[in-house]
Amino acid sequence: MEKNEAMKPDHQIIIDIIHEGAHVLDLGCGNGELLSLLRQYKSARVQGIELDEEQMHACVEIGLTVLQGDIESGLVDYPDQSFDYVILNQIMQEIKKADYVISESLRLGRKVIVGFPNFAHLSARLTLLLSGKTPINEALPYYWFETPNIRFLTIRDFIDYCAKKNISIEQQYYLGKRGRISFLPNLMAQNAIFVITK
Amino acid sequence: MKIVKEREKLKKDYLGIVHTQYFTFAEPSHPLQLKSGRSIGPVTIAYETYGKLNADKSNAILVCHALSGDAHAAGLSPDDKTPGWWDDLIGPGKALDTRQYFVICSNVIGGCKGSTGPSSVNPETGKPYALDFPMITIADMVEAERYLIDHLGIEKLLCVIGGSMGGMQTLQWASAYPDRILAAIPIATALKHSPQQIAFNEVIRQSIMADSAWRKGDYYEYGQPEKGLAVARMIGHITFMSDQSMEEKFSRKLKNDNLSFQFTDDFEVEGYLRYRGYNFVKRFDANSYLYITKALDYFDLSGNYFIPDVKKTSVRFLVISFKSDWLYPSYQSQDIVRALKRKHAYTTYFDLISTYGHDAFLIEIEDETRLVKNFLAHIHQH
Repeated sequence: MEKNEAMKPDHQIIIDIIHEGAHVLDLGCGNGELLSLLRQYKSARVQGIELDEEQMHACVEIGLTVLQGDIESGLVDYPDQSFDYVILNQIMQEIKKADYVISESLRLGRKVIVGFPNFAHLSARLTLLLSGKTPINEALPYYWFETPNIRFLTIRDFIDYCAKKNISIEQQYYLGKRGRISFLPNLMAQNAIFVITK
Repeated sequence: MKIVKEREKLKKDYLGIVHTQYFTFAEPSHPLQLKSGRSIGPVTIAYETYGKLNADKSNAILVCHALSGDAHAAGLSPDDKTPGWWDDLIGPGKALDTRQYFVICSNVIGGCKGSTGPSSVNPETGKPYALDFPMITIADMVEAERYLIDHLGIEKLLCVIGGSMGGMQTLQWASAYPDRILAAIPIATALKHSPQQIAFNEVIRQSIMADSAWRKGDYYEYGQPEKGLAVARMIGHITFMSDQSMEEKFSRKLKNDNLSFQFTDDFEVEGYLRYRGYNFVKRFDANSYLYITKALDYFDLSGNYFIPDVKKTSVRFLVISFKSDWLYPSYQSQDIVRALKRKHAYTTYFDLISTYGHDAFLIEIEDETRLVKNFLAHIHQH
């Protein structure tokens, strides 16, 4: 797909990953921005799960199908391989049972797309080292007392996790301040997107 | 000038006087076959319509009513100008916008508001059916509605919508006729009646049948079993509200300033229940209450009965529950959603915040309007 300036870089990457007409589940779909892009550019058949009522109303306003529920309990009822892709974008750091959600996602999706902010990014390391404060940057924009994030993970953490759990990493994308990077990702990337399969 | 404008605006917002219409089918040579194995005919259905059916008959929405509802869902009745039971949701510019949609509401069979029920005259005896009336199920109600939709020349309904028992009819439509509806909006309902729901209905029925004026159903010459029916309705009203909504509405307020130290209605909540109970006697047939509560109890689309024949349904669902509803708790709507997930159905589910209990589906108009309007606007997109 052509590069669209208005589109968030992580959305751009996810849209490029997903094939035409795919059946997609977005966990924590928010106001449905990504799903509506997938519907528009990839004619994807999309379903969202979201907890926030206002965000859900926004989804219904643009004609998306969305289920109210938390991510942990929203997955159990789907049969195996119900979706071509399950998306866990910018949500891993907010989920209580991350391991369970990833394994369930791998059960009901042929492929799972995981996107998260990299806590080992250089600016985060320097902030912690030099000022002794919790890092705040574009990918992690919250103070400690207002953040929805309950866990912090790094690119290396995630790769280790996949190896330990026998999850294969099919594709990986690293995002720096000005787009995609490949050099020293665990140091230079603010965000990472992985495509994983069981 | 301003007043004239205001009046015009009011006119636009209202449907005005709406007359109930009647459709009779299943003449004795072709009676309506019922789930019980019995049959009945002829059958009359009372119905109302709002808005205009478009040329290709693709804008029809069927509204299904709850236990004590009727065909008068919107507009004003000709006699006493009473607004319909869902008038806030149906009309020009409302959620079911009658400038855009053709809205139909009919009285269920077994009822007493113009459709054939136990108080109707049995053509064989010339007397009311009373308990000779066959047992009716939700599937039978939907079958009668299907005859009406055929009669109106509509091949495919844009949507079926209803709360409580209306929601069960909606689910039954999606199960029995998935090819004849594009969308379904079941609200505050369940795939099957739970033991608690059956228990409440049994107490309701027993209170009617314990009244000696019920006379085993043959009371039509003598008048309704008023006491039993009133108590039955009081039980119902308790289940429609929530602990919180009762606290807000009545608290422990007294009708008079002090306690009477007698068995009179000291508290406002007692007065309310008595008023509701005795008002109901004037407008609803006791036998119909027995038949319809039984139909509710028999309802069970769990297991593989829900949308049984199609692996993937194209019907789009909007399922709505209310957090304070303890008569049809949210978990029952979540059971519906669970079944729909297994069928890979397009499903949107909202568990709306409300303190009104089961009554919320008639009261939380703002949230429902927003949801239903946006949902309907996108049905054709897929």
